[in-house]
Amino acid sequence: MILAADPLFKNGVDGEVVLIVIGKTLVVFALLLVLVLLYIWFMRKVIADMQNRIGPATAGPFGVLQTLADGIKLFFKEQSIPDQADSFVFKLAPYLSALPAFLAFAIVPIGGEVSIAGHQTYLQLADPEIGVLLLLAMSGIGLYGVMLAGWSSGSKYPLLGSVRASAQLISYEAAFSLAIVGVLLWSGTLSTRGIVNGQAWTGWDSFATQWYWAPASIAFVIFIIAAIAETNHPPFDLVEAEQELVGGFHTEYTGIRFGIFFLAEFMNLITMSAIAVTLFLGGPSGPSLGFLPASGTVNAWIMPCFWFFLKLVILLYGTVWIRASLPRLRYDQLMDLGWKWLIELAFLWAMVTGIIIIAKQQDWDLLLVVPAAALGALAVLGFLRLCMPKPGEFMDEVY
Amino acid sequence: MAEFVIFFIMAAVALGAAISMVLARNPVHAALLLVTVLVAIAVMFLLQDAQLLAAVQIIVYAGAIVILFLFVIMLLGVDKSESLHDPVRSQRPAAIVLGVVGLAELLFLVGHHWATGTSSGPGLNDGSGGNVERVARSLFTSYLWPFEVTAILLVVAVVGGVVLARRSGLPPQQELELERDDDDTEPDAMTESTSEVSAP
Repeated sequence: MILAADPLFKNGVDGEVVLIVIGKTLVVFALLLVLVLLYIWFMRKVIADMQNRIGPATAGPFGVLQTLADGIKLFFKEQSIPDQADSFVFKLAPYLSALPAFLAFAIVPIGGEVSIAGHQTYLQLADPEIGVLLLLAMSGIGLYGVMLAGWSSGSKYPLLGSVRASAQLISYEAAFSLAIVGVLLWSGTLSTRGIVNGQAWTGWDSFATQWYWAPASIAFVIFIIAAIAETNHPPFDLVEAEQELVGGFHTEYTGIRFGIFFLAEFMNLITMSAIAVTLFLGGPSGPSLGFLPASGTVNAWIMPCFWFFLKLVILLYGTVWIRASLPRLRYDQLMDLGWKWLIELAFLWAMVTGIIIIAKQQDWDLLLVVPAAALGALAVLGFLRLCMPKPGEFMDEVY
Repeated sequence: MAEFVIFFIMAAVALGAAISMVLARNPVHAALLLVTVLVAIAVMFLLQDAQLLAAVQIIVYAGAIVILFLFVIMLLGVDKSESLHDPVRSQRPAAIVLGVVGLAELLFLVGHHWATGTSSGPGLNDGSGGNVERVARSLFTSYLWPFEVTAILLVVAVVGGVVLARRSGLPPQQELELERDDDDTEPDAMTESTSEVSAP
């Protein structure tokens, strides 16, 4: 049903197939956890380098086990629940934010098609037909964790933090979805496997001709900005702005429940980066080693995974770089950027893309159509900007 | 067999959550139980191979509408206490009558194959491609007109909401001045009206 596109299920479901699916689930879960451990260490090391510090250096070689040690410490800490808290919802909230982060990662294609114990299968947990929509559904569910954590704490700062968080997440969800539309128009399918197949490696020029980052370049930029905002990553970390909100929605959380919130946040960041790789950078597509057989272990298993993780690490490095260098936005700047720029741009870009695709189908003169469409979009954007109220025109300045 | 088992589990979850939603005293708990009902029904859609509908159900209802409910509950602080006093007394008998009529209708429909059996209309089972493709094709070919009319209806609703949210029909600049005058004469009009909402 929901997994049916995978060739694994072509010949019916028997015990072996069930075992393979369970195995894949465990591997993907463990992979995500290990990636979070490594990412936190990587982030701390890179930021330390950028600030002329050493960073974690004691636990394990180069301090790589530091996060593991922190995690074990969190497990053994006391978990307090405030008197005013709604204790059931308070306990539920961390899991509500961690579970969707994991489920969304299930649709990411990590490698190509491989054969496990005689069964052909994709190196990805699930390939539902609705594909990318599952990501949107999960980010919608993920909001509940943040919102309920703030409300159930029965305390002021968490409530303020969670209201702020939900406003931010709802605002950027629109731009985020519209940016994905920019890719879907080119790929013609929602399935992540289908999107990756549309970006297959055909030669060294595939980098610019096959991968969707080039034809959907503006959508790519909007996607990156909106994804950073969706994951509450700096410079959009208003949700936990320490100077204003103590710690935001998780102020009252201690011990491993606090840890699960952080786990969810980093899992979201990794999932979003992996989705960006899938949608715009070709996922596992990349040159294979020509001197080895095409269906051998190296070319079927290792090379696609290598390309996927290489692209993932490059994007994750970008997020660390942004974290280290950009200051946090003010709340009104955040809302202005989301509502007045990103949504409009993403909308107009989707329309321009539609026109270009129709022009290609109808064999119109592209040299004429593309600039005309772009100019038309710019004119509409200018008109919309002119119609917007200037700051202070209609309302008193509140900032 | 698996379909049967999943259906009964999800039906039990949906019914249980729906009943506890009505009985819940805390509005936030009620909202959470509503989400449970919606997710359980989304699973049933999946069971019927209506993948797009399941995704839309979660994105739109769970991801947007109930979130807005929660927003209202949190911002207005109506979660403190709930008055069971019914301002419109005639509502109760009307609700009972409507409920009985609805139940009778449901029981009547259950016994008729045209309500539960295979549909004879131009259904989604026609044509090739996956579920998403087929829904898209019928939405943008056979049912384009109702689709567009619904879109206009939604825009009208949004514009209406914005217009209603503004208090007067005056242009914004004059309205602002009006509000300033109001503020001069009744300095705590706003605080009074909000405290009324949250008072038991």
